[in-house]
Amino acid sequence: MNLRLAWLRWSGRRPAVRAWALMAPGAAWLLLFFLLPLLFMFGSSFMPSRLYGGVDIGFTVEHYKRFFDPLYLWILWRTVLYSLACTALCLLAGFPVAYVISRAGSWKNLLVFLVVLPFWTSFIVRTFAIMFLMRDTGVINTVLLAIGLIDEPLALMPSAMAVMVGLVSGFLPFMVLPIYSSLEKLDPSLLEAAEVLGARPAERFTKIILPLSMPGIVAGSLLVFIPALGSFVTADLLGGGKSDMMGNLVQRQFTTAGNWPFGSASSFVMMAMVLMAVFVYLQQRDRAQAMGA
Amino acid sequence: MSVPVVEFRNVNKTFGAHKAARNISFSIDNGEFFSILGPSGCGKTTTLRLLAGFEEPDVDGGEVRIHGEVVNQRRPYERKLAMVFQNYALFPHLSVEKNVAFGLERQKVPTGEIGDRVKAALDMVRLDPTTFGSRAPAALSGGQRQRVALARALVLRPTLLLLDEPLGALDLKLRKEMQFELKSLNRRLGITFVYVTHDQEEALTMSDRIAVMDNARVAQLGTPPEIYEQPRTAFVARFIGESNFLDGATAGVGDKGVTYALRPERLDLLAPDSAASGKTQLPAAVKAVVYRGEMLHVRVVLDDGTELVAASRNEGQLRSPVPWKEGARCLAAFSTDDLRRLEAEPA
Repeated sequence: MNLRLAWLRWSGRRPAVRAWALMAPGAAWLLLFFLLPLLFMFGSSFMPSRLYGGVDIGFTVEHYKRFFDPLYLWILWRTVLYSLACTALCLLAGFPVAYVISRAGSWKNLLVFLVVLPFWTSFIVRTFAIMFLMRDTGVINTVLLAIGLIDEPLALMPSAMAVMVGLVSGFLPFMVLPIYSSLEKLDPSLLEAAEVLGARPAERFTKIILPLSMPGIVAGSLLVFIPALGSFVTADLLGGGKSDMMGNLVQRQFTTAGNWPFGSASSFVMMAMVLMAVFVYLQQRDRAQAMGA
Repeated sequence: MSVPVVEFRNVNKTFGAHKAARNISFSIDNGEFFSILGPSGCGKTTTLRLLAGFEEPDVDGGEVRIHGEVVNQRRPYERKLAMVFQNYALFPHLSVEKNVAFGLERQKVPTGEIGDRVKAALDMVRLDPTTFGSRAPAALSGGQRQRVALARALVLRPTLLLLDEPLGALDLKLRKEMQFELKSLNRRLGITFVYVTHDQEEALTMSDRIAVMDNARVAQLGTPPEIYEQPRTAFVARFIGESNFLDGATAGVGDKGVTYALRPERLDLLAPDSAASGKTQLPAAVKAVVYRGEMLHVRVVLDDGTELVAASRNEGQLRSPVPWKEGARCLAAFSTDDLRRLEAEPA
């Protein structure tokens, strides 16, 4: 009892100590299960690999060098390309949805609920559902065959297109929600003011709506781009090994290929790209804040 | 006869089952300071939005004309008017200069001319362009934002300026100052102002004419003295200033059931033994004396239960207090010329 009182009295005069005490459990968790494994991975990415996932003591940059093999560069390039395409498609499809929801009055909450609904099932289950739609004996082909529109099943998957369908449907809500939240804050009288001042619909979009929703667009693009870079389930299930992304490469190095150091090195290459994307985001945000938006 | 700048002819607007404007008719002359006054929900904002072009009258719901032309279906940017919004509606992502330049840029005015006109507009509303030009709206005070909104509208050199409760968010002192400035801009530039407000004092002090609105209708249209001194309905009498209401029989001028309005400052209180004065004199008892600074309000009750307020100039209560004590008997005296017979209000 006295000890507790003494602690309260002592820490009460030291707010920093209190703050650290409050953060300690979470910080310890992250330290132990995130930062430490990350350091192990970083270390092993510079160590020679042994068979079956082992690591030898030593220093080498061969795993990073190996990355410049056209095979891996091609996977890296494809990953960036797919992620960018996925982000662009999510933006094109998500912006109008977000705009409509932000003007939907009393329907807003229901519509936002519907956007979030897919999160109630796991990503893998949703990807399997797309397989059931798109495979040769899937819903789409069965229906088209039944009504006689086609004679033999369309080769919808495995394909790059199927991967894109999977990525976009998986990440679209991440684009819609932040854009919705920035459009929702947009005062409708700004658009009326612009209209009285002579702005046609297209100008109202480019001069008012777009700049004021830019924080949401940037946040949404990052929220789609980053997980798209790291995704592997989609390319695995819908790409059939022909549209491998970085995630697949990393996963395989840690599992079947058993080359942990190379898997680690690949992870860090990917992480460097994610950090670059975040850096772009922060710069953009600072600029937006400087404008007082 | 010149064409009125604005003309409403029997304009109706319905939202679902709600009638927001019923048979609105008025016309506004060039250079007039015209106020639309009423409590919230009376239809004044709808009327302004019909004029601005954000709303369209009902089908067969009358005509809105600007400079003689029917504009029912014209978009706001085709109506060549400017507007100052209730919460200023400044573009938060643009600097003060860019806000003011917005309309000129839409009209493809040459860049050099835009710069000059923006500076002139900011000068006109007494904002220093070099100090404030590059600031973001978020870095301005309420009064400064108001000025930017005004400059953004005036820079287009409109012939018609709509103002939607533009001073509502300002404190009293600043509001008085802006009232004066708006009025002098109206006079100096010769622009027709259509001013929506719920503040009766603001409307009385600034307007050439006022349309008092109630229940989606124009309850009365007239100059400030007409509105104040000859209110047509009990609503107008009550909404603009204070008013006493007397039954015709009580006042001794007409039938029972007809209501007459009498302004408090037109009602005198006399000692009970006063001689006849040519005025109507009704015995009453003092209920309360309310000290209001420049005025004294004395509440009295007539013998039939009618409550009246008499307002008189405060002649100095410390030096010579009024003799009225609570419960004292007196005579409520008024000239029948000051009684205003009220019309029944439309249902």
